[in-house]
Amino acid sequence: MKPELNGRNVALAMAFAALVSLPFWVSGTYYINVSSQILFYAIFALGLNVLVGYGGLVSLGHAGLFGIAAYATGYFLQAGFPHSAAILLALVVGIASTAVFAFLALRATGIGFIMITLALGQIIWGLAYRWISLTGGDNGITLHGRPAPFGLDLGSASAFYYTTFIIFLIAVVACAILAGSPFGAAIKGTRDQPRRMNALGYHVWAIRFWACLLSGLLTCVAGILFVYYNQFISPQTAALTASAEVLLMVIAGGPATLLGPIVGAALVVIVKNVVSGYIERWNFLLGAIFVAIVILMPEGLVPGTVRLWRGGLRAFRRRRGIVLAQSAEPKP
Amino acid sequence: MSIKRRSVLKGMLATGVSMAALKAPAVHGQGAPFKLGLLTVKTGPLAQGGIQMEQGVLTWLKEKNNTMAGRKVEFFSADTGGNPAGTKTKVQELVERDKVDVILGPLAAFELLAITDYIIQAKTPLMSLAAAEDMTQRRPNPYFIRASATSGQAMHPMADYAAKELKLKRIVTVSEDFAFGHEQMGAFQQVFEDAGGRIAKKIWPPLVTPDYTPYIAQISDCDGVCQGFAGSNPLRFMKAYAAAGLKFPVVGGETAGDDALLKSFGDEALGLVSCCPYTLDLETDGNKRFIDGMLKNFDTVPGQYAGLLYLNCMVVEAGLKSLNGDASDKEKLIKALRAVTLTDTPRGPVKFDHFGNVIGDFYIRKLGTDGAKYGLKYWNKTVKVYKDVSQFWTYDEKAFLAKPVYSRDNPPLKP
Repeated sequence: MKPELNGRNVALAMAFAALVSLPFWVSGTYYINVSSQILFYAIFALGLNVLVGYGGLVSLGHAGLFGIAAYATGYFLQAGFPHSAAILLALVVGIASTAVFAFLALRATGIGFIMITLALGQIIWGLAYRWISLTGGDNGITLHGRPAPFGLDLGSASAFYYTTFIIFLIAVVACAILAGSPFGAAIKGTRDQPRRMNALGYHVWAIRFWACLLSGLLTCVAGILFVYYNQFISPQTAALTASAEVLLMVIAGGPATLLGPIVGAALVVIVKNVVSGYIERWNFLLGAIFVAIVILMPEGLVPGTVRLWRGGLRAFRRRRGIVLAQSAEPKP
Repeated sequence: MSIKRRSVLKGMLATGVSMAALKAPAVHGQGAPFKLGLLTVKTGPLAQGGIQMEQGVLTWLKEKNNTMAGRKVEFFSADTGGNPAGTKTKVQELVERDKVDVILGPLAAFELLAITDYIIQAKTPLMSLAAAEDMTQRRPNPYFIRASATSGQAMHPMADYAAKELKLKRIVTVSEDFAFGHEQMGAFQQVFEDAGGRIAKKIWPPLVTPDYTPYIAQISDCDGVCQGFAGSNPLRFMKAYAAAGLKFPVVGGETAGDDALLKSFGDEALGLVSCCPYTLDLETDGNKRFIDGMLKNFDTVPGQYAGLLYLNCMVVEAGLKSLNGDASDKEKLIKALRAVTLTDTPRGPVKFDHFGNVIGDFYIRKLGTDGAKYGLKYWNKTVKVYKDVSQFWTYDEKAFLAKPVYSRDNPPLKP
């Protein structure tokens, strides 16, 4: 199959090139660090998008899973495990917790699912706050140093950026494959027509369960990157506001699209961290942006922009066509 | 939700305006300006204290015409949003992008703990308000200075006063269930029991408690109450306490009776005894200059957050002066800052121990209407001053550090 040379692919190739060369053209480690944050939040948003976008199941407890993976990494490192073991164990713990979450939450869909995930997320937050012997309570867990795989020290901003970037690419490719696969189609089927899917012989519950696990896997990966980036984890990470924030990333960018969550993550991280340095009322600005998105492009930034762009292009062509037709008209 | 609309505080607009006015001349200053960073909280539940912090710094800068030890000051203020990840990003912004020489703040202990390792890496002096004990005790940070107080530093004298002057024997403690509350109450219990008193019960409502009545109902079998609430919680606690008809005397820590709350307290708080490193009631030139500045610039009666940030600026200036304005060597700068001794500050004389923690005066105040100034109805009247209080109180430093840090169950409740 030969890749087509159309606008979309050219834009993707350019974005890829820009991201690869990012540490060379942005000035200062600060912006490289902000870019790393965008990338791991994008992984988080991609994870949630599997559920919200493709599965039609809105979760308000994902920061809990994110927090579990981050806390587990911190806890195992503190207990003296090497980085590789701590990361693996954190993934295992994270996915096991996701399975428990899914098992409990998938008894319902719609509002019921939202409320159960919300409650589960709050339980994790509460445990992080109160189970002081395990989590350090309010004081959190501090990580001393980042790992150095293959002799490459991730302590520097650009090394960490590239590691995050590689994991981000894997996550994007995995999501692209998922969206195009029969299993992806089955997930979307359970979103649109669960009863018909059931009648066709699909096990709706099992499909949703696996979608939860996939979503949880990406969330846990992002959580581990987060804890290595900040080298600190405290209960705020697992709070409801964090769950809502990542949900907003997905909804603002465009659920059920591949690029939407990434654009949403970039939007939120940039407004929260960079724009807030210039505008004191940055919360207000973020709110205004969301309202604008809801009014102008309710399907999300990415699909909305594509629609407006195509609409504009079509209108332009139509007008040119009319002009051409008029000039071609024979004068009486 | 991420979009939080919090009450917009009076003076916020003034802050913006004066910041713009202050920043403008700094850019055109002669030579390289001295870069002063501030990590504060301007959005979310901690914003009230955070905005006071910024006002304290701006008042000082205005008074000094934006110069510090002969150098123009360029001031960078960053809003952490009151969460650790935000604090990490903002401290990176200040250090890596703005290249500040000294950082003031952050406000909360969990914000400070999130960046302490980074500060060591970045070798940038940090002057925080956060009270986490171990930052200047069992896990000291060589680039850290605290001119405010540890969690326990105000509670030690408070307990001493409660036992010896108020002659209380059995006290029930009530405080928020987080590290600052645990450390405060641990310190209170240590000194109170060493002075012959007894803690009857410790009650821990969560940080966000809609109604304190169920917790207040547990207060019994005692002759006094010690509360360690922070933020606006002291207001709500005192209301619920009075509404429940309880009459035991109440003592509290630095945040429990903060002067910034005076305008919001009602009759229910009359008689509240609190211990604070800063008090409006201190009649010195330094404090008067500061209060006048706050009234003139922001039309606000300051509390300890503004007062202590103003003090931080004074410490930075004194340190910079001793280096003749040269802040290029961070090792020298932190040494100079820790060697600072000041006599006339808004909180009285100040010096630092070898961990970088303040040794200063602590004021026991009783809330009443007597002597109220600046248009306030209520006033914290100083009843006793504890001079030169160190973070170790009267205990031996080695013995103090050999014990574990104060926590929820340390010291344990005696049967």
